[in-house]
Amino acid sequence: MSSGILVLCDHDGGAFKSTALELIGKARELVPATGGTITALVLGHVGGDGLPADQVLAVTGPEFGTYDTGAWTAAMAAAIAKADPALVLATASVLTKDFMPRVAARLGLGLATEVVGLEVRDGAVVGRRPVYAGKAIFDVTVTSVPALFTVRPNSFPVPAAGGSPPVTALDVAIGPNDRLTRVVETLAPQNTTVDLTEASVIVSGGRAVKSAEGFDTLIRPLAAAFGAAVGSSRASVDAGYAPQSEQVGQTGKTVNPSLYVAMGISGAIQHLAGMRTSKVIVAVNKDPEAPIFQFATYGIVDDIFTIGPLLAEEVKAALAR
Amino acid sequence: MKTGVLFKEVPATDTRVRIDASGSGIVEDDVKWEVNPYDEFALEEALRLLDAKKATEVVIVCLGPAHAEQRIRDGLARGATRAVWLKDPAYLGGDSLATARALASAVRAEGIDLLLAGKVAVDDDNAQVPAMVAELLGWAQVTFAGKLEIDGTQFKATRDVGRGARAVVEGALPAVVTCDKGMNVPRYASLPGIMKARSKPIVAKAPADLGLDPATLGKAGSQVVDTNWTLPPARPAGRVLQGETPEAVVKELVRLLREEAKVL
Ligand SMILES: Cc1cc2nc3c(=O)[nH]c(=O)nc-3n(C[C@H](O)[C@H](O)[C@H](O)COP(=O)(O)OP(=O)(O)OC[C@H]3O[C@@H](n4cnc5c(N)ncnc54)[C@H](O)[C@@H]3O)c2cc1C
Ligand SMILES: Nc1ncnc2c1ncn2[C@@H]1O[C@H](COP(=O)(O)O)[C@@H](O)[C@H]1O
Repeated sequence: MSSGILVLCDHDGGAFKSTALELIGKARELVPATGGTITALVLGHVGGDGLPADQVLAVTGPEFGTYDTGAWTAAMAAAIAKADPALVLATASVLTKDFMPRVAARLGLGLATEVVGLEVRDGAVVGRRPVYAGKAIFDVTVTSVPALFTVRPNSFPVPAAGGSPPVTALDVAIGPNDRLTRVVETLAPQNTTVDLTEASVIVSGGRAVKSAEGFDTLIRPLAAAFGAAVGSSRASVDAGYAPQSEQVGQTGKTVNPSLYVAMGISGAIQHLAGMRTSKVIVAVNKDPEAPIFQFATYGIVDDIFTIGPLLAEEVKAALAR
Repeated sequence: MKTGVLFKEVPATDTRVRIDASGSGIVEDDVKWEVNPYDEFALEEALRLLDAKKATEVVIVCLGPAHAEQRIRDGLARGATRAVWLKDPAYLGGDSLATARALASAVRAEGIDLLLAGKVAVDDDNAQVPAMVAELLGWAQVTFAGKLEIDGTQFKATRDVGRGARAVVEGALPAVVTCDKGMNVPRYASLPGIMKARSKPIVAKAPADLGLDPATLGKAGSQVVDTNWTLPPARPAGRVLQGETPEAVVKELVRLLREEAKVL
């Protein structure tokens, strides 16, 4: 009988990301309900040192260098066949959104994406899932075996890295149906190197920043002081101050950081849609009536061009202490 | 090249969400419906292929209830050629796979070569249906595309791969491509377009027309079940920081971030 949990563990050239640990930490909590053990699935790297899992399935080969839809679909399907889990967990990202639906369709399984909570209730795994841009939230259960879930980054505590679980190489047959596209080029990021959707601190600039130079001289240095990723409102993107990839909101990225700093952003409902689950929100806006202040944990009513540089200095000093 | 566009109706993004008494969904009474904003980019991309004579026709494919007709008409008014509408109640309330199953059958029946869709629907925020359709049809896919070029039966698309990086992906039709913001600027419907749309065909397809078993569709065919809808937990009231000077306010903020919120 299917049991245990298969966890897709993201890594950067073999260095496991905190999201991988986050999922294994959660799996540890859920595994008494699913029975069995925790299997980490690692694509494009042989090894699992630092993963507190029970064993590792590792897939390597030329197809696993850069992301490839067909190869990853085939690998996940093969790992599910091999591990026969009751539950599969992966981190929600543009990549899992690309291939997990294909896996679900191939195997005829139910997939719930972007859950922010997972718990065992009456022996069943239940997810919490925001919808309507976070304006509502529901419980989601997946009745297929295995049940497939993707989890929004920063939803659960990150356990300490540790352990060196045994690694088994998994052979994946990549058939013609998994070679329908090929990646011919990868274009480097224009600005950010931290993925907004995974970032634990974000500094965002709104229309008030006034120009791309404003982003370069005010927002990016402030973000650097925090060690944060840079975000923006749609008004800044539409005006050409910031690239589309940095837009937060209903038609941009949904983010879930522990700290979100909104600089000169009014707090329109479509912007809130992308960042309302942030644990702490700081807003700087010279209009005391700006809607963002209804959501901000801490607000400062002042000019961003006054506060920004002061805040950058103060944060640098605090982090150096 | 026959081009299809997936059209989903969603509540307008500024809708004030209320939950029904049984916690099984939102109250739809005064919801203003719109087409999913990302589907507008998909339609525009298809219309550009039509203008460039690369597409022979643009077919809207929509699974949705009675009031979805207005969204389909709007797409026709902007320039789509015709529409296929899966409006039987058996299709409704399904999870992504049940929805994709129905849409894939309709797409296959229409002989579509290129299927454009939104990258995500802003109501369920799933980003699942188009890739499922691609898998069910055995087609190539590019999701989160910001740019698409078609050359004969070959396509080349630029997609978001996270961290601000993009990848250029190539393949051969048939294919599903999901469209991101920034791909194009959607056109508005013109007055003549609106007039013409009235006579453009919208063909409804029941499950039997597509050879589909209703037990595999809609709620009956779903494995992802949502219950216990609530409003999100309220955020504790915010605090506006006061101080003699901007320097003092900033010092206080950093102190609070460290000592109270513990996020620094
Ligand atoms: C379908 C749809 C989808 C949308 N999707 C998104 C989305 O994904 N993301 C998004 O952000 N928006 C989105 N919007 C747009 C949204 O409605 C707002 O228009 C947008 O968020 C406003 O951006 P802003 O806050 O930067 O600009 P504004 O609303 O113009 O706010 C600027 C703020 O800066 C303050 N300010 C000005 N100068 C200074 C200064 N020197 N110092 C301090 N404060 C100052 C002002 O008081 C004001 O509050 C969408 C809209 C629609 C209709
Ligand atoms: N009921 C539907 N009818 C037509 N297209 C749909 C439907 N549901 C989803 N889609 C398409 O799939 C995209 C992603 O939807 P989703 O997977 O629900 O986030 C949408 O932008 C639409 O293009």
